[in-house]
Amino acid sequence: MKNYLKFIFIFSFIFIFSTTSSIQAKESNVSLLKPNWTFNGFFGKFDRAQLQRGYQVYKEVCASCHSMNLVSFRNLAEPGGPEFSEAEVKALAAQYEIQDGPNADGEMFTRKGIPSDRFKSPYPNELASRAANGGAYPPDMSVLVKARPGQSDYIYSVLMGYEEKVPANIKLEDGVYYNKYMSGNKIRMAKPLNSGGVEYADGTKATEEQMAKDVVSFLTWAAEPHLEARKKLGFKSVLYLLILTILVYLVKKKIWSRIESKV
Amino acid sequence: MSEYTSKPEEKFESVHTNKVGGSPYKGVVGWIDNRLPIIRMFRHEYLDFQVPKSLSYFWSFGGILTICLLLLILTGISLGMHYKPDAKHAFESVEKIMRDVNFGWLIRYAHMNLASFFFIAVYLHIFRGLYYGSYKEPRQLMWIIGIVIFFLMMATAFLGYTLPWGQMSYWGATVITNLFSAIPLFGESIVTWLWGDYSVGDAALNRFYVLHWLIAFLIVGVVVFHVIALHIVGSNNPSGIEPKDTRDTVTFAPYTTSKDLVGMLVFLLIFVVVMMYAPNYLGHPDNYIPANPMVTPAHIVPEWYFLPFYAILRSIPDKLMGVVAMVSSIAVLGLLPWLDFSKVRSSVFRPIWKQCVFLFVLDFFVLMYIGGAPAEGIYLLIGRIGTAFWFAFFFILAPLVSLVEKPLPMPQSIHEFEDWKKQGKIKVFQFFGK
Repeated sequence: MKNYLKFIFIFSFIFIFSTTSSIQAKESNVSLLKPNWTFNGFFGKFDRAQLQRGYQVYKEVCASCHSMNLVSFRNLAEPGGPEFSEAEVKALAAQYEIQDGPNADGEMFTRKGIPSDRFKSPYPNELASRAANGGAYPPDMSVLVKARPGQSDYIYSVLMGYEEKVPANIKLEDGVYYNKYMSGNKIRMAKPLNSGGVEYADGTKATEEQMAKDVVSFLTWAAEPHLEARKKLGFKSVLYLLILTILVYLVKKKIWSRIESKV
Repeated sequence: MSEYTSKPEEKFESVHTNKVGGSPYKGVVGWIDNRLPIIRMFRHEYLDFQVPKSLSYFWSFGGILTICLLLLILTGISLGMHYKPDAKHAFESVEKIMRDVNFGWLIRYAHMNLASFFFIAVYLHIFRGLYYGSYKEPRQLMWIIGIVIFFLMMATAFLGYTLPWGQMSYWGATVITNLFSAIPLFGESIVTWLWGDYSVGDAALNRFYVLHWLIAFLIVGVVVFHVIALHIVGSNNPSGIEPKDTRDTVTFAPYTTSKDLVGMLVFLLIFVVVMMYAPNYLGHPDNYIPANPMVTPAHIVPEWYFLPFYAILRSIPDKLMGVVAMVSSIAVLGLLPWLDFSKVRSSVFRPIWKQCVFLFVLDFFVLMYIGGAPAEGIYLLIGRIGTAFWFAFFFILAPLVSLVEKPLPMPQSIHEFEDWKKQGKIKVFQFFGK
């Protein structure tokens, strides 16, 4: 009977977890590409150079359509992120013209960006963005990774999922592209990454795969800027609790041995 | 006047409006305890309190739930200091907590996952009650208070889930508040009144925030009643036999406290692993998309802990009857002390009822799966069978089994029960060790 009960409980918990994940996976039937992310696992960390390259891909490719409203330039210098130096961040921010104001005369003015500014959106509002993109709205990328089932793997798969050969049963309207991993297999975004699309300063070869990995790592950091701190603290607290639990269990055994022997 | 003066002194009943005194303590502690006897009460209820010695780790969940509730309130208060209940700013204020507030990510992930773990613990707690007959005489009222707590938990969890104002928050709120429109005659007006508007929006979010807080503290109040009742009727135990003398009991401290602490720590460990390494696993990715009234998500799914009841709601074709079925599927638990009238409490001695409880647990998980699947075809059919079984468990199985079941031979006391356990005559389910 004991085993029977244990079985029911273990089964039940697996059931709960598989239920949630199966609902999330139901969106598409193809299994996603799963590259070896540096940030996976119990000791996962971002690769600084990769995040810096990823920022470059975002800036030069994605940012022409996708906003990233929740991220500020200053975040780029924070620990656990791309960790650009303060001076580099100042220079990166200064590349943008930001509207500010009103000034003492009540007029708006533009100035060079400073680290506390948010990333500049490519369009002034959603309607402008739709108008420029054939009615589609390129989603804000700040928490995009967390907003999709499959998370980093999904974004990576979509970036790598463009295929020239369209299956016969799928009819593409004008301005719609075939993508193996997108739900419904149709996407309004043209293939964004092409080999050599950016020129990396650190000499890394800008293959399609490399760029996709870099930019998805960057987007993962943007969605979860404290991921490294979380995993570090997680390990410490699990270790602490594990030792404490064992000690308390031994204390409990000792205490209970006083009466167990009496019976 | 004459009456008072005519009676001799000793005929008057003496009164004591002033009850100062009686403390076993001396000094400052005694001085306080004489005037406010909380110290002796604490000693009486939490140190010297006699508890059946056969309690398994299943009895840790009461303490675990208390800790969960306290942590939820603590993290909730911190979050409340940074959150903005405004349809325009709610999503961004949560993200600000995640990004810019010191350890905001930790507090928010803790709050989010604690809600899920609160439900895991409460389901195990309810299972414990079902399996060992903790709802039976004299614990019926405590059981019913527990069900009230469960309803309040569901309300506050639902309200809390709307606060980040993501897509699932918004559409979940729309679906659930629309259930009230099933009320005959006044339905539509009630929904408008609840929203404070003609759709879920800023006004609704604002009141959801207030109610989320209010109900959280109401839970604390009802939990106090639950615990007071517990200290009157005493803990049930795996044998289902009431303790008779000191051979059957241990003192709350250090025996129960040390055992509860082990249970709490193991629970906390599992919680921390999930919170730190898969913080969004139990949530839905759509809730990281800001609420958009113009775009409906492909599947509107409630949080995992609502799925069994969501399945019951959807398995009834009529909206009003669906809502009635959903609410009564939980409320019916309150009738169990009378539907199951077997004199034996513990399933250890009830071979048929034990199987029924397992089937009920299985049904719970089947319905949970169905609640997350689309309401069509085979899923709908399984959902309907599951719903039928849910109610049959209470209205058919419980009374029927009480009538026909022949309980196994039982020990006379808890210490004899413990001996039987050692001799291997009976087996009791335990999580690990003793």
